[in-house]
Amino acid sequence: MKIAHSETTKLPLMYKLRRINYSLIILVTACCGIGFAMLYSAAGGNIEPWAQRHLVRYFVGLLVIIILGVINIRFFFKGAYIFYAISIMLLLYVELAGEIGMGAQRWIDLGLIRLQPSELMKISVVIVLARYFHIRSYHEIGNPLHLAIPVFLVLLPVVLVIKQPDLGTAVMIALSGLVIFFIAGVRIWKFLLSFLGGIALVPIIWQFLLEYQKKRILTFLSPETDPLGAGYHLIQSKIALGSGGLYGKGFIQGSQSHLNFLPEIQTDFVFTMLAEEFGLLGGLVVLLLFFLITCYGFILSFFMVNKFARLLTIGLTTTLFLYVFINIGMVMGLLPIVGVPLPFISYGGSALLTSMSAIGLIISCHVHRDVIMGRFSDEET
Amino acid sequence: MKQREHKKIQKLISRRTAILGGVKFSLFAALAGRLYFLQIEEAEKYRTLSENNQFNFELLPPIRGRILDRNSIPLATNKDNFRLEIVSEQTKDVAETLRMLQEIIKVSPDSVERILSETKKKRSFVPVLVSENLSREDVAKVAIQTPYLPGIKIDIGQTRHYPFRELAVHLTGYVATISQSEKTGDPVLELPGFKIGKSGIEKSFDSKMRGRAAQRQVEVNALGRIIRKLPGEEIQMGRDVKLTIDIGLQSFSTKRLAQGNSVYIPVDDPRVQRALDEGRNLPLGTDPVNGSVNIDDRGNVLAPESGAAVVMDAFNGDVLALVSTPGFDPNSFSSGLNAADWENLLSNPRSPMTNKAVSGQYSPGSTFKMIVCLAALEAGVAHQETKVQCPGMIEFGDGRFHCWKKDGHGWLNMVDAIEQSCDIYLYELAKRVGIKRIGEMAARFGFGETFNFGLPGESRGLIPTPAWKRKTFGQAWHAGETLITSIGQGFILCTPLQLAVMTCRLVNGGRPLSPKLLQNENAKTLEPKSLQLNPQHLRTVLKGMDKVVNGSRGTARKVVNQNMKFQFGGKSGSVQVKRISLDERESGKLKNKDRPWHERDHAMFVAFAPLKAPRYVASVVVEHGGGGSTMAAPIARDILAETLRLNPSKL
Repeated sequence: MKIAHSETTKLPLMYKLRRINYSLIILVTACCGIGFAMLYSAAGGNIEPWAQRHLVRYFVGLLVIIILGVINIRFFFKGAYIFYAISIMLLLYVELAGEIGMGAQRWIDLGLIRLQPSELMKISVVIVLARYFHIRSYHEIGNPLHLAIPVFLVLLPVVLVIKQPDLGTAVMIALSGLVIFFIAGVRIWKFLLSFLGGIALVPIIWQFLLEYQKKRILTFLSPETDPLGAGYHLIQSKIALGSGGLYGKGFIQGSQSHLNFLPEIQTDFVFTMLAEEFGLLGGLVVLLLFFLITCYGFILSFFMVNKFARLLTIGLTTTLFLYVFINIGMVMGLLPIVGVPLPFISYGGSALLTSMSAIGLIISCHVHRDVIMGRFSDEET
Repeated sequence: MKQREHKKIQKLISRRTAILGGVKFSLFAALAGRLYFLQIEEAEKYRTLSENNQFNFELLPPIRGRILDRNSIPLATNKDNFRLEIVSEQTKDVAETLRMLQEIIKVSPDSVERILSETKKKRSFVPVLVSENLSREDVAKVAIQTPYLPGIKIDIGQTRHYPFRELAVHLTGYVATISQSEKTGDPVLELPGFKIGKSGIEKSFDSKMRGRAAQRQVEVNALGRIIRKLPGEEIQMGRDVKLTIDIGLQSFSTKRLAQGNSVYIPVDDPRVQRALDEGRNLPLGTDPVNGSVNIDDRGNVLAPESGAAVVMDAFNGDVLALVSTPGFDPNSFSSGLNAADWENLLSNPRSPMTNKAVSGQYSPGSTFKMIVCLAALEAGVAHQETKVQCPGMIEFGDGRFHCWKKDGHGWLNMVDAIEQSCDIYLYELAKRVGIKRIGEMAARFGFGETFNFGLPGESRGLIPTPAWKRKTFGQAWHAGETLITSIGQGFILCTPLQLAVMTCRLVNGGRPLSPKLLQNENAKTLEPKSLQLNPQHLRTVLKGMDKVVNGSRGTARKVVNQNMKFQFGGKSGSVQVKRISLDERESGKLKNKDRPWHERDHAMFVAFAPLKAPRYVASVVVEHGGGGSTMAAPIARDILAETLRLNPSKL
């Protein structure tokens, strides 16, 4: 029985290319362009060492978007568990490699980029959950027993990433997973119950946090307690932002002496520098760009017939949103400093590749929005 | 049915998506609101001031704690350092400003070049050091001219100052600018010119002495002049570190050790001038800083002796002096060391950078004989009156083992053996007691042990065992090696500090005290524990050490002279650095003087005083100094005499 207009499973390539949502790509390009400019500024008006590589990575990322965009969505559906398994193995690999004496290591060197399995995991976890919930019926989702497996699928990578230790990424993976649970229709009271349970677990989890992680959380709660240590960067960041004012201090001009003490202006604190040099207006432009990207994801999802595509699109949009919210929130003192980059703008290959892949997958969902998949993809319902 | 469920699910997803969208929208709104609050509302704070004025955050470095000796005399302290800095964004032309500055004070063309390249590399608002350690006079000259020197800032910092220069350098250590790998993320470490401890006490107590920086807001005008400082935190001074060292004794011991057996003459003495005029360079390590140089009886200028000396209180373990020569002037690191001097320090064969007292490892030579005697006594394989005849040489296994005295000592008992340092007697004891028990006794006296008493770089030394040899060389232990070990040669290694600790434990009744370098109020005196040794056995060994100096045949009897107001005991040791070949033994060409410096024997002496009620202990090692009783013993005697004169442990 057909419930909607069914496309043939194989769409012509040219047709797919025409269906690609180029406005989304233009938004991403705009963000990367801002990134290029900020990295140029961070190096004191130099394309070395960051801006140039960022540009190269952007073009590679563009290729990734197009390729992922035209790949049939069934491929991602079928491969969901395999991608997930590969990501878990890579996570375990860096974990073990770290223990075997290469020191704490979060990445695998691939030449142009250093691949962080935890970044890959952010996407894999969304795909695997989208697939899991795609084949669950309305009633099955209502049954708590059916939630055990996806909860495990989220917790396993979260625990591995916390052990690295990378609190920011772990939180992002957990929240992305949570959002899919929500969209898939898990009852609200279950979230409330787990939330209360989570609160009860806080003192236990606290004991497993490393000293510097505890310190960062405490510092976030009251930065004044440690103005020279961990709180120092937050205070400096706020001063830089505050002194930017409405119009900012101008491109490359913005570097006041206090910025001298800002760490990682090319990665975590790139937004601080941007808002200092271009002021409130510059900051709002960036926020608007990310807002539009988020909106796009949501709006596109409404036009998708198949549940997997919808869940995937919302999930990945949320992943991008979380990057933005956590990064900007932390440099403005709304959230603890956990070390999450700003997508498309911060320097860093893994994060850029993850963000670009997410966009590519969203575009694939959009291109194949009319494809209908049964509970086991081959079965045309 | 399926269609209905599909629609239901689609509707549910759409509803949930809408809710999520709303949440995200409000979160975006929150970010925008926060940005507005920070950049518009809070920015008002800074706008109330005139356009040219602005606030800077300034990090005030803490004042480093001092290092004091036992009488609170500072060994490391701080003094004002006037520095000139240039901020390139405050001047139109850095080169022009520097040219103007050169008319007022001396700035070398080299530093001009450095400053120009640094100002290009650094951000325009980061100050670049122009020159430091300026005299007050120069500062005054520059201060008057500041209106004509845009961008030039006068800054008062603190420089580490070591009033005793190289005399205590191996205790204090030195401070220097932090290296890239030592950064911890603490912003104070990244302040230009901030220095941290690199060796000695400066290193091991760095965090205690460092203190805590303060952050403060300062209002500055467009020229960078500070208009007013806003109240902020106060810096927390670093804590002082008080040592058990007596700097008087330390200074005396350092000079005495460096002098060796040579005559100390002023550097402006005609003999020194003559040596220089004849085209002879002063030997490496010759140190005219003290205003004196070493000269031998033939008028040759010599390098200061290279070695170590440790003086300890045998009752409470206080380290009263800890010397390693040659040293270097730690102040040169504070005021900036040039590459040539640094190269010189590193390439000097007498390694002035190493604290030989704790890091230098030497075979103990005959100073080890007391340990072997005690091992034999405690094991019950020998007693005080055990007699052995020394023929000058014995055959054992497939080797010949010589006594230092070619013709032999004849019949000896144990006290005679120590007095005359007979090797054959010790070989006999070693055969009876075995390497295992010798090693155990050595360990009880502090060999192979580090004391973690406050100085970095303590060496462990080595107590050789058959198991160790198998592991290291894959070879079995030879019985002959037990004999070699019994006279303190071969594999066994120890530090001058360990020799001092050994002597303390011998003379204080066998109590296992450890060296103590930090003066603290609740100091424990004598440890109640004991090494469980028979007091009679200790008395035998001490009797031998008494005879070494005061006996009619003692190896060091010549150090006693009429002027001495005290009596002491001790034991000499001469450690072969190079194997003596059969030829050399036959031809008797063994004179240390005739060998190149690096092939001469190490001279050692351990001593204690007063003789009847031992309180102070000294160990002396002179690298390639020749005979222990001719080179090291007089040094130990003079150091002990000075120790008794100063009597630092009196209440």
